Amino acid sequence: MFKSLFTQTGRYVLFMGKVFRRPEKWRMFARQFINESDKLIIDSIPLIALISIFIGAVLVIQTAGNMESPFIPKMYVGYMTRESLVLEFSSTMVCLILAGKMGSNISSEIGTMRITEQIDAMEMMGVNSANFLILPKLLSCTFLTPLLMLMSFILGIIGGYITVVLTEVINIADYVTGIRYWFIGFYVTYSCIKTAVFGFIIASISSFFGYYATGGSLGVGHSSTRAIVISSALILIFDLILTKLLL
Amino acid sequence: MIRIDHISKSFGDKRVLDDISTTFERGKCSLIIGSSGSGKTVMLKSIIGLHEPDSGEVWFDDVLFNSADENSRKRIRSQIGMLFQGSALFDFATAEQNVMFPLDFFTDMSYEEKLDRVNFCLHRVALENVNHKYPSELSGGMQKRVGIARAIALNPRYLFCDEPNSGLDPLTSIHIDRLIQEITREYDITTVINTHDMNSVLEIGDKITFIYQGQKKWEGSRDEIFDSDCRNLNDFVFASKMARQLKEHQK
Ligand SMILES: Nc1ncnc2c1ncn2[C@@H]1O[C@H](COP(=O)(O)OP(=O)(O)O)[C@@H](O)[C@H]1O
Ligand SMILES: [Mg+2]
Repeated sequence: MFKSLFTQTGRYVLFMGKVFRRPEKWRMFARQFINESDKLIIDSIPLIALISIFIGAVLVIQTAGNMESPFIPKMYVGYMTRESLVLEFSSTMVCLILAGKMGSNISSEIGTMRITEQIDAMEMMGVNSANFLILPKLLSCTFLTPLLMLMSFILGIIGGYITVVLTEVINIADYVTGIRYWFIGFYVTYSCIKTAVFGFIIASISSFFGYYATGGSLGVGHSSTRAIVISSALILIFDLILTKLLL
Repeated sequence: MIRIDHISKSFGDKRVLDDISTTFERGKCSLIIGSSGSGKTVMLKSIIGLHEPDSGEVWFDDVLFNSADENSRKRIRSQIGMLFQGSALFDFATAEQNVMFPLDFFTDMSYEEKLDRVNFCLHRVALENVNHKYPSELSGGMQKRVGIARAIALNPRYLFCDEPNSGLDPLTSIHIDRLIQEITREYDITTVINTHDMNSVLEIGDKITFIYQGQKKWEGSRDEIFDSDCRNLNDFVFASKMARQLKEHQK
């Protein structure tokens, strides 16, 4: 078990060494980068938007329900909603969802290319397939996932606002005051850093498992499951580490 | 000409290629035949360096390929075209982009020049109006043709085909076989083809190497194949009733 952990880690590091090379043709790289960003990031917008609006709504109702005491000002409902969103939901939870969506997309795509010999065909031509196929995905996930985080944060707050307007669990003015109360800008930075790291984890782990997939279409499914499980576990571990380091 | 000298290859403790030596001539279609799992694909991949042979030498004309430095390997590889068993066309690219891919990477041609070359290659394999189709929209036979067009895009000196007619109907198979043969003669290419199809053997086999469980058991021309006294080869060749009747008829 430990031996396999070590060999896998070693292979992963070597694999990253193959990925991080200067692209041979920048024009091809740019084209791939745009395609991947479209497929991985833009395509995730509807899902993340939907989930964020609903979570924002639910957070408001739950927090209001837990703060019946007349001694706590109602604006704390808005404040707590904002803090939950920025600190944990929009970064960690969103990335766990993305680990499923982007992770399975990446590992099954790369795995299929492996077992149908498309990767062999590239290597055969003398193209560094790891660099050509994976670097664009990696950069796109690392640098653009934080934008999804920001979007989720904003939509979560809007979701909460809509709930307040529709159900009047608290005053609209209280909610807005709470949202603006004691805003710590660094929390957003902290969340962006976390999501960038998580994006890197998702893209690199999923590509790694896809790239070394064996055993036909069953093997591709298997490696894609493993990719999701392992990147989710790593996201939780790094959540802990980064929170300890940054906050 | 390609010469391989005593190459062996094992995966774990499984010996897949056992001390194989042979040569493949220029302008000829050399066939590697054998039943499924006999090691044909591994042999092809060991020749072109997708697998590293454990021992032995692979010569591409006068270059010792398997211990050449990275640059000469790259140079040789740019002279190799390969048609993979499942065509291995890139899913993310259209037929046109597939054929253009090696040109994008290894030439400094302008877009118009590349497009000219792509159209020439597609025309050469008798494909029209497929430029903007994705691999999933093409039939198996058409995919093979695009695969051949991509393999010849850079004017290769060496062409490798892994079971070019697996999964195709007999008529399409013959068309693909003839196409490979014509291209081989036309451009004087050293062509190596893996197959288990006896039709191809009789149709285009200039030289035939028979592999059985990773060992070379027989080598010769298609005229000699019916008269060999190699038992494994006879089992392979005369597996079908048609071949047995053909032999009766010859007598
Ligand atoms: N990458 C690999 N790892 C382990 N065993 C392999 C690998 N590739 C092929 N083999 C084994 O080598 C043998 C020959 O396979 P192959 O060359 O694909 O046969 P075929 O003649 O049908 O092309 C098979 O038994 C196969 O299981
Ligand atoms: Mg094979």
